Amino acid sequence: MAVASSLALLATACGSGDDGSSSGGGSSAGALEGRGPITLAGGKDTSGNLQNQLNAWNAQHPNEKVELKELPEDADAQRQQMVQNAQNKSDAFSVLNMDVVWTSEFAANQWITQIPEDKVPDLGKLIPATVDTAKYRDKLYGVPITSDGGLLYYRKDLLTKAGIAEAPKTWDEMLADCQKVAALPEAKGMSCYAGQFEKYEGLTVNFSEAVNSAGGVIVDKDGKPNVNTPEALAGLQELTNGFKTGAIPKAAITYKEEESRRAFQEGKLLFLRNWPYVYAKAEATDGSSKVAGKFAVAPLPGKTGPGVSSLGGHDYAISAFAKNKATAIDFINFMASEARQKANIEKTSQAPTWASLYDDPTLTKQFPYLAPLKASILAAQPRPKVVKYGDVTAAIQQAAYDALSGKTQPQQALSDLQTKLQSLITQ
Amino acid sequence: MATATAQVRADAAKVRAAEVSPMRRWAPLIGVGLIVLYCLAPFYWMVVSAFRRPADQFSNALIPRPFSLQNFKDVFSANNGFQRGLLNSLIVAGSVTILTLVIGMIAAYTLARLDFRGKNLVLAIIITTSMFPGISLVVPLLKLFINIHWINTYQAMIVPSLSFALPLAVWNLTAFFRQMPQELEQAAMVDGCTPAQAFRKVILPLAAPGVFTTAIITFIAAWNEFLIALSMTNKKSIQTANVIISQFTGTTGRDQPFGSQMAAGVVVTIPLVIAVLLFQRRIVAGLTAGGVK
Amino acid sequence: MTATAPVAERPAKEPKQSKRPQRFNEGTGRLAAILLSPTLLVLGLVVVFPIIMALRESLFTSGTKLDANGFIVKGSTFVGLQNYTDIFKGDTGHRFWNAAFNTTFFTVVCVVLETILGVAMALIMHKAFKGRGVVRASILVPWAIPTVVSALLWKWIFQADGIANTLLGTQILWSTEGWQSKASVIIADTWKTAPFIGLLVLAGLQTIPAEVYEAAKVDGASVWKTFTRITLPLVKPALLVAVLFRILDTLRIFDLPFVLVGAHKDSVETLSMLAYDEAFNTRYGPAAAYATLLFIYVAVVAYAFVKILGADVIGEARAKKPGGGGKAKKRRATAPEISAAAATNTGMGA
Repeated sequence: MAVASSLALLATACGSGDDGSSSGGGSSAGALEGRGPITLAGGKDTSGNLQNQLNAWNAQHPNEKVELKELPEDADAQRQQMVQNAQNKSDAFSVLNMDVVWTSEFAANQWITQIPEDKVPDLGKLIPATVDTAKYRDKLYGVPITSDGGLLYYRKDLLTKAGIAEAPKTWDEMLADCQKVAALPEAKGMSCYAGQFEKYEGLTVNFSEAVNSAGGVIVDKDGKPNVNTPEALAGLQELTNGFKTGAIPKAAITYKEEESRRAFQEGKLLFLRNWPYVYAKAEATDGSSKVAGKFAVAPLPGKTGPGVSSLGGHDYAISAFAKNKATAIDFINFMASEARQKANIEKTSQAPTWASLYDDPTLTKQFPYLAPLKASILAAQPRPKVVKYGDVTAAIQQAAYDALSGKTQPQQALSDLQTKLQSLITQ
Repeated sequence: MATATAQVRADAAKVRAAEVSPMRRWAPLIGVGLIVLYCLAPFYWMVVSAFRRPADQFSNALIPRPFSLQNFKDVFSANNGFQRGLLNSLIVAGSVTILTLVIGMIAAYTLARLDFRGKNLVLAIIITTSMFPGISLVVPLLKLFINIHWINTYQAMIVPSLSFALPLAVWNLTAFFRQMPQELEQAAMVDGCTPAQAFRKVILPLAAPGVFTTAIITFIAAWNEFLIALSMTNKKSIQTANVIISQFTGTTGRDQPFGSQMAAGVVVTIPLVIAVLLFQRRIVAGLTAGGVK
Repeated sequence: MTATAPVAERPAKEPKQSKRPQRFNEGTGRLAAILLSPTLLVLGLVVVFPIIMALRESLFTSGTKLDANGFIVKGSTFVGLQNYTDIFKGDTGHRFWNAAFNTTFFTVVCVVLETILGVAMALIMHKAFKGRGVVRASILVPWAIPTVVSALLWKWIFQADGIANTLLGTQILWSTEGWQSKASVIIADTWKTAPFIGLLVLAGLQTIPAEVYEAAKVDGASVWKTFTRITLPLVKPALLVAVLFRILDTLRIFDLPFVLVGAHKDSVETLSMLAYDEAFNTRYGPAAAYATLLFIYVAVVAYAFVKILGADVIGEARAKKPGGGGKAKKRRATAPEISAAAATNTGMGA
């Protein structure tokens, strides 16, 4: 009886909420209106830099203050919170700090607002590949704030000792270098190479890099899956052979970014594929890194020449359900400005999206990896830009993981993946 | 007093047992040692990890060297709002515990002592609510709470936690109350107690261990609740400690702040255990004393 | 509460059931309804309502089509039971049965281990000895650590070059597919929740009057006999409730396999994880269908458990049903023992 009455009560309270058929707020461009307080939803950083940036904005705009809505550190949890808010048409989040791979899904669902390109004056100064991550069907839905690209960390000391002057440009060179170094007494117990091969987003990144670096694609320019090709197979085999021959340590199947950084810092790896953040950590001289001063970075190697990195980074987008969108776009432009991005990399070492900053002398001095990183990002490919990204990346991880762990043959894995992707991507 | 007598007897029994054979004396101690080791070893790892320098978080050394409080400093750094989170956790878990006990005891006593049609059905309905996967409740609940403007309120966390705790509380307390012989209340009522007094003065003291255990379990469950607290709040000032912990970041975004997460784990766990210990003595003593009168 | 007053007039020694049907009338039902309404109201608001919403949701599908501009077509379509039937088709069906097996496997293994460990913990905590407080505190620790943190802790322990492998001198890759990932989940879950059973059983132990044991001692019963014949029957209600709720929880296990081993791993994927995965990819209809299937499964298991073992838990009410009498009698065999002992106990107290 009590249940029944409480339900009746609820029915009236929620009657308006559950019809998903009302029209979304933000499909039309140019509707960036309204000024006043806004919020920024995303993770923060320990350095407190983000709050400093917000304080700078708030000091200049006392009537249009930005409040940081802190989300969990975990990227999936961040997306989950944003999706939940969007599904309930909540205006709690105005500006969304989005991973670059979420753009298509959020845009197709009209959870984020299309931004006319003339509203972003600096757009032309940003690295084109990063701007592309914020586009869905050639329309802009966000502004890239940070970027990220894969780098090859290598033990310069050991290479020099083995008489190798330069970082390898191809996989074959890298494996040959490993052979030479293996003859050194210092190389005892070391493995040649590792990336991130645990079954998670990092595997999609590493698999895409292998495929792209061998001249293959996962999804072609027209958005059609095309992964069952000899090129893609060559890329995948580079990884599976690495596991088979022991060039890649067995434990690498459990590596995420941090585990692989740990192995490199402990001197267990000659080569490591990882993001720029590792540089400062591995260079630490407080005894936590055994490789401080002994390593250098280079662009990723490829099949016949330099490799192709997957593109990381974050874009700021405006929630379709936000109030004060005019303030929001101004704030985004503020955060995307050269000065702000420079301040950001100085504090957090997160890669900027302004092309000019990669050549800034003070920055290149502070971050010696900026030159190879620029090369990496300029040549980088985005991960598949698809609406059902969650399903697509899960399918990629499944295929790659099964091939790497020896459960299926690479050829079989790719043909399975192709079938799966075709059913997921219906354009 | 009843417990005290039991204690004395148990002690006496133990002394006698000790006289019997050395095996009997040592076997339980070894058992105790093993259990304690089993429970504390992983916790020790958590504590040790918390006291390392953030840079040393990968170390497998059994003793942190150099010893560092940096992780704890990070946890309590001003822009985390962790203190406030602890307070919020306390408010939420405390309210949930009190409400669960009050509402749960009434329901349990009703189910244990009153005879009415549909009793089994009620018990069944109550436990059925514990059968739906929690992760699937979040989306509809969020929709509901947005509609009734409960986002960023304490009740948005208290009421769901209350509902998660009630089934266990009701079932457990019902089992306990039912074990109490009805003759006790009857005797009390012959002595002039009202049913409510009989419950408070006779049944409650005897069921104290059950009530107290329910309280601990409810409190800890509410204290540890994460998913609802995360989804129903987006304001720092109202978020609980667990939500704050999930927001800890490394210095650059890709490095995992394991050290400070473990430090925060230590901070939220140890006071809880100490509080339970202190309260345990108090509450059990208090209730038992009341029962003698 | 006044309706219970007549109980006082009842002679203490009279068999319990005999007069009740006459004494409790319409008023009792109403009183019960009043006293139970807070519980039912809260549960109705926060659990029953969302469950009904989810049941409804499971009959719909949405967000599957793109329009010409690349936008997802809004609104949901009624599809009847299609979300349910889809679960059993092809690859999805394989995944579902695998998850159902994992869920069942984890539940059986974890609950059995936790019960044994939990009862052992309770017996130890119940013993009077110096430093008992410390022992109790340490047993409480695993359960008091927030799941969010303890899952991370175990993940760290089970890393490829983590402390577990260091101590064991092995190179086990715990998070890879195979028995080891299952084992890591079971170890972590058992560690965390055995104290839960321990606490509840301890509470049951504490309500057993010492006189019962004294009597057993006088009769010269062995330790094992005392445990199986006296302790176990007397803590049975508390133990059954604890085990029942552990079963309900473990059948819905999510956090540990998800954080410790990871998503989309066949070895540890559970039904809750499937529901989560669908919801994560914003397929709320199928997600609700998975949740509902799990719900039904849990309900069936719980019903069977109570039916087979749980006469003690909802004993009295069941006793009045025709056919339930046999079980009820079994329960009552122990009841006079407690009554008698407790009566002497309070008698001494006063």
